[in-house]
Amino acid sequence: MTATLTYSERRVGLALSVLLTLLGFAMAAAARQGVMSVHGFMALALGLGLAVRLGGALYDPPPPRERMQRYDDAPTRFGIAMTLVWAIIGMAAGVWVAALLYWPEATPPWPATSFGRLRPVHTTGIIFGFGGNALIATSFHVLQRSARARLADSVSPWVVLLGYNLFCAWAVTGYLMGSTQSKEYAEAAWYADLWLVVIWITYFALYLRTLARRAEPHIYVANWYYLAFILVVAMLHIVNNLALPVRLTTAESFPVWSGVQDAMVQWWYGHNAVAFFLTAGFLGMLYYFLPVRSGRPIWSYRLSIVSFWGITFFYIWVGSHHLHYTALPYWAQTLGMTFSIMLLVPSWASAGNAIATLNGAWHKVRDDATLRFMFVAAVFYGLSTFEGSFLAIRPVNSLSHYTDWTIGHVHSGTLGWVAMIVFGAIYTLVPQVSGRVDMASPRAVEWHFWLAVTGTLVYVIAMWNAGITQGLMWRTYDANGALSYSFLQSVQAMAPYYLLRTIGGAMFLAGAAICAWNCRATMRAAQGEARDRPLVAQPAE
Amino acid sequence: MLRLHYNLERVSMGLVAAIIVAASVGGIVEIAPLFTIDETVEMPADLRPLTPLELAGRGIYIREGCYACHSQMVRSLADEIDRYGPYSLAGESAYDHPMLWGSKRTGPDLARLGSKYSDAWHVAHLLNPRAMVPASIMPAYPWLTETLDTGLLSDSLAALARLGVPYAPEMIAAAEADALAQSRPDSDAAEGFLARYGERPALRSFDADPSRLTELDALVAYLQSLGTQTDAPFGILTERSQ
Ligand code: HEC
Repeated sequence: MTATLTYSERRVGLALSVLLTLLGFAMAAAARQGVMSVHGFMALALGLGLAVRLGGALYDPPPPRERMQRYDDAPTRFGIAMTLVWAIIGMAAGVWVAALLYWPEATPPWPATSFGRLRPVHTTGIIFGFGGNALIATSFHVLQRSARARLADSVSPWVVLLGYNLFCAWAVTGYLMGSTQSKEYAEAAWYADLWLVVIWITYFALYLRTLARRAEPHIYVANWYYLAFILVVAMLHIVNNLALPVRLTTAESFPVWSGVQDAMVQWWYGHNAVAFFLTAGFLGMLYYFLPVRSGRPIWSYRLSIVSFWGITFFYIWVGSHHLHYTALPYWAQTLGMTFSIMLLVPSWASAGNAIATLNGAWHKVRDDATLRFMFVAAVFYGLSTFEGSFLAIRPVNSLSHYTDWTIGHVHSGTLGWVAMIVFGAIYTLVPQVSGRVDMASPRAVEWHFWLAVTGTLVYVIAMWNAGITQGLMWRTYDANGALSYSFLQSVQAMAPYYLLRTIGGAMFLAGAAICAWNCRATMRAAQGEARDRPLVAQPAE
Repeated sequence: MLRLHYNLERVSMGLVAAIIVAASVGGIVEIAPLFTIDETVEMPADLRPLTPLELAGRGIYIREGCYACHSQMVRSLADEIDRYGPYSLAGESAYDHPMLWGSKRTGPDLARLGSKYSDAWHVAHLLNPRAMVPASIMPAYPWLTETLDTGLLSDSLAALARLGVPYAPEMIAAAEADALAQSRPDSDAAEGFLARYGERPALRSFDADPSRLTELDALVAYLQSLGTQTDAPFGILTERSQ
């Protein structure tokens, strides 16, 4: 980290680390006890650690002069490492809570390991830890390559990555200690939310400043998606997390929204977290790494424009399909359903565009597990967006909602699409930024691929069965007009599916562990820096 | 069109502005009208806010992530009404910051739970669900026997009052005392509690041990309050069936 920073950048970094230390100290001192003080100490420890590291290296030799003619890949490497760390944490938590549903007696008698506290550790660990780090790390890579310019400065990428990971760590440790806003995928405490806003603004500014230095007149389509991801997530995050702290010295707060408005804001956020966190950013990844890996240009430029604007415009409307038949006004439900169905058009246009790009490169898909990851991702993207539109139809939703079908749907998206495209990107990127042609163990990539695909299928099929069974058992009447099954009978019917789901998840986790090991081995056997070079920087705008 | 886009791609701020516009329309159209609250939420005249003890219980419900397995939203579908009771009305959760409608039913809906079971059943069930329901997969919560921390209650009520929940200043001032009083019907403080909250909230020791105010007291008080803050949903159902 320090070796690529100039003297003055190290000083700026040192100053920021001291600021972080002071912030942590202030939090810990003000709160005195409880979650917020622990979080204060975490910030303090990170700030101190960074200060020591930067301070110690303050007068080390500066980076070579030609540094500016290289891409800044050190933050990307760190981001990938964090992606894999969070993948293991998040997936392990997921497999564990899945196992608890089959074997509830296994819950240890400690509050921190209870199902309800670990579940958000799983969702936050995966969405923000794994997904978010992957997005930030790849966005730095894609932005520099497609703009043919080095990142605008060398300090802010570290601020973004370290600050973002502090947010994730605050969130996850907070849940373990019982601090949560209870809003799904927005559980972190109010001060963590504010912190994320600061980090996000730094990220956005870095993105725009780098774009301003680009040597290509056009902004490549992948960047449109990353931009939409950054912008819309900021909007969603701020509106949904507006809250009134009980005291400035505690983690507790109350959201300003209540009841039906809160439900609408929450699912406007919740579904667009899927849209702009778990879809837009990853489409950006797809639009860059798929053509790079397959050696073929995107099939249709026009289609990519249509699908980009279609996704950006339509998605925002669909959140209310989470609230069919509830106390939300009927017209809002209907809008959500209608737009969910229309959304299929740009979604399938994207999936189709990706698959058509591979046309003519099928032999590569056959031989190259990395490209196969991306192909499977595009297929699952198409499948799960179809399923999503289908589940948003009101009568279908009456059966599927509240059941494990929803869980199956989410995982066909997250395992089948999001994780697969991340792994495809990682296997393309890690050798490149290690100055190598290939991963340390190409065979391990093959193993990972089959574990991931089998695990996903086992998981998703188990949950489809579980959900449809549940939905039907809840609504079946006998000849006398009484409900046929007690709720408990529907719980008992789930046992085999919950076991299968745990097995599927464990396979997926095993694959991720192989990937982490393989990436570590590859980075350790690095043969220098990435070989590609930016064009000499010249302002384009 | 293509020409226009060709140019748009060259101007980063143009792209940024276009993204913001495209991604704002839907939210504005769907969310803004919900704040014309009179039409969206018919406020039941008899809706009461939670007592401090119930509010503390709600905090524990949130802390333990009960909402991850339990919904509190009966949909307007025949089988749900038959299974759980009258469907939920928007007004019922008008004081809920945040709402706890939930999204998954690993366990049953709890919107109409109040008075369904005895306090003793809840206590035994929370401490070990399989003692009451052998096939249950709900986790056990043995640590709920801890003493309840009431230190934040006054500030919590004050914050909620600022957000529009009708807590009077004397309720805010007496929040801690009222939490204790609600579990000690025989104490002198019970008078004050009754004066402030009336006869409707349950006034008893929920965990059968009036000497100590525990997290169980709070959580069970909250569970027993579910669906009892207003009678409006029951009224609608009887109207319909007549
Ligand atoms: C892992 C999922 C899960 C979590 C977390 C969970 N429950 Fe349950 N709950 C269930 C299941 C399954 C049942 C049905 C079997 C039973 O009655 O034990 C149930 C039943 C109940 C019932 C009985 C409802 C009825 O109408 O019969 C209550 C009350 C309850 N849970 C309260 C809670 C509370 C309070 C919490 C949080 C402290 C909680 N649950 C956390 C799964 C869960």
